[in-house]
Amino acid sequence: MQQSWIILGATSSMARAMARRLAKEGATLFLCGRDMDDLAATAADCLARGAATAEALPFDARDTNTFAEIIERATTEEGVINCAVFVGSMPEQSDIDATPALIAGVVTDSHTGPATFLHMLAPHIEARGQGTVVGVGSVAGDRGRIGNYVYGSAKAGFATYLSGLRNRLTRAGGHVVTVKPGFVDTAMTWGIEGMFLVASPDAVAGDILTAVAKKKNVIYTPFFWRYIMLIIRHIPEFIFKKMSI
Amino acid sequence: MAWNKLTYTGWGRARVASGLVARPERRSTLSRDLAETRAPAFGMRRSYGDVALNDEGRAYDMTRLDRVIAFDPATGGVEVEAGMPIGDLGRAFANKGWIPPVMPGTGFATVGGCIANDVHGKNHHVMGSFGQHVTAITLIQGAKTRKITPKSAPDLWQATVGGLGQTGVIASAKLQLMPCKGDMMVLTERRIDGLDAFLVAFDESRTDYTVGWMDATATGARLGRGILEEGEITSGINKSRDAVKSVPFNAPSWALSAPVVRVFNELYFRRVPAKGRTSVKPITEPFFPLDAIHNWNRLYGKRGFHQFQCVVPMDQVEVLRMMLTRIGTSGLASPLAVLKKMGTGRGGYMSFPMEGYTLAVDFPNRDGAEEVISELTDMAHDAGGRIYFAKDSVASAAQIAGMYPDQDTWAKAVAKADPERTFETDLVRRLGLRDGTGAA
Ligand SMILES: Cc1cc2nc3c(=O)[nH]c(=O)nc-3n(C[C@H](O)[C@H](O)[C@H](O)COP(=O)(O)OP(=O)(O)OC[C@H]3O[C@@H](n4cnc5c(N)ncnc54)[C@H](O)[C@@H]3O)c2cc1C
Repeated sequence: MQQSWIILGATSSMARAMARRLAKEGATLFLCGRDMDDLAATAADCLARGAATAEALPFDARDTNTFAEIIERATTEEGVINCAVFVGSMPEQSDIDATPALIAGVVTDSHTGPATFLHMLAPHIEARGQGTVVGVGSVAGDRGRIGNYVYGSAKAGFATYLSGLRNRLTRAGGHVVTVKPGFVDTAMTWGIEGMFLVASPDAVAGDILTAVAKKKNVIYTPFFWRYIMLIIRHIPEFIFKKMSI
Repeated sequence: MAWNKLTYTGWGRARVASGLVARPERRSTLSRDLAETRAPAFGMRRSYGDVALNDEGRAYDMTRLDRVIAFDPATGGVEVEAGMPIGDLGRAFANKGWIPPVMPGTGFATVGGCIANDVHGKNHHVMGSFGQHVTAITLIQGAKTRKITPKSAPDLWQATVGGLGQTGVIASAKLQLMPCKGDMMVLTERRIDGLDAFLVAFDESRTDYTVGWMDATATGARLGRGILEEGEITSGINKSRDAVKSVPFNAPSWALSAPVVRVFNELYFRRVPAKGRTSVKPITEPFFPLDAIHNWNRLYGKRGFHQFQCVVPMDQVEVLRMMLTRIGTSGLASPLAVLKKMGTGRGGYMSFPMEGYTLAVDFPNRDGAEEVISELTDMAHDAGGRIYFAKDSVASAAQIAGMYPDQDTWAKAVAKADPERTFETDLVRRLGLRDGTGAA
């Protein structure tokens, strides 16, 4: 059956890699984000690589007015409607410390914006009795660390939202995959010192699509981050609060 | 913009550079960054030496700008971002009946790198060089972005194709693809006893793709023996995915020592039966024989390796013989030696190809290797030939003087495009290319 994918935050390198893989399988793609030129370029690329259609649509997590149009456009397509969420923002912690008002934006980009969108989409997935939601969280959401706990808290909120949504959609035949990437070789990590075990966006996209096919619930990618985070989550608080990892 | 302090090398790993590298993921980021900071670009660093390096300077890594911008299935015209690997382009369209007319021996080379070195393929005698099939280039020169064609800016065009990135950063390009029947190739391989037989075989060959592998360790009566490969694209679509292996770590120094290489070459020669053989393969195999093994450059160990590649005029066969003798007796040759007859096709002032024979040989970066390469460079010079900058990391400015007759014209055009010399790379500085000594 024809698969349509709404990809939110399609300018990110992980999303781009995933869109490319979906294009090769002949999917219908709605590439959503703010940089329309970049989205148009990715759409053209996906078309050339075999996508049934690929369209660029404006999406801004901070402007819920942009949501309905995407959902209307996608639901005109027959078949299965899926959605993958790659949006999020991570200002420097020092900037946030200086301007706490930045927190609202981080939470909107990484949690409440996407959750609102998914809430608007959920009834359509329920009505069709199938469809997968991929929510990209972060290992940063597994524990609040001194370096980026605002971002981490937003991602933690999003992860909890996704688990509730999974509970809801499963009953109607849908599915939700929560993805927790470790360090990925993207524009966000380029130039940050001390990066280790960095995965390519394409490898992460491959892991996500495998998880979708196997209906996994929560994946870490690359897989070994599950164990790294298992350890980090189990460090007793009285020790953890003095650590700066 | 984000600058990452990196230590990086060319494919041969014998030359190293450190400096700040930006890796833009969007075209808008690239233009914005370049307006602020002019610096040379590199692609996949599949050039062997230092042509893609800028030690103690800045550079742009283009590999994240790798999208197809537009494709016209009626004409086979395609526009792509410069960081797209040429092999990906081949894979994306060969099953739709279109293929890049020129492909170098590795599919990892990017379109930008293929233009900047005006690369040639096994079909150079038929299709000429890469740049001859490029119809438009989007060039970023600092704050200015220009879309040029061979007609709109002939001088700048000729300075850009094969121009080693000195006229600006290539952001994207339009190429004319060539119709093809499928993505399979009929490949005939046969043994060749020696250099003279090779030259006759090249003369008699009628296939589109023709290349010779040589046993560079052979001396005496066997000098120049090898295998001639002749290929023709045929119908059929390859569905199998190429399995990829990887060389996980640096090989020990004996791995490519003289005795090992001699035995390897003997076996490689005998791999093809005495009466020859014909097979049908997915095109990626004959086009990119080494791409199935990732990081094969690690086989040469930590010190890396060099490649020497030159072209000499058709009537300079005796020089080829001298070169092969020198290489064979050096005990430094590796299994990789390639001979090919080139046609006249070239796209720019500094394009490598010229009519004649081109010889390419890898040398592990061991004591004595640079001296041998230097001697070979002099031989190429004296024969009226030239060396290929995509491979070199050894030559001096004096040695290459006069090799490229259009060097002065190129240097002038480049000076106009980049008066502050912001796009210079290590090789361009080492060889003083922009000072223009070509007419010497
Ligand atoms: C196994 C192997 C086989 C090969 N076979 C052949 C062959 O058969 N024929 C042949 O001709 N070559 C061959 N080569 C060489 C290779 O094709 C060239 O070196 C090619 O230029 C590499 O492309 P790249 O993207 O890696 O460029 P790089 O090596 O990264 O850069 C090469 C040059 O291009 C410039 N450049 C790169 N991108 C841009 C850009 N966007 N804008 C402006 N300048 C840019 C760089 O500054 C540098 O001067 C081979 C190399 C290997 C490793």
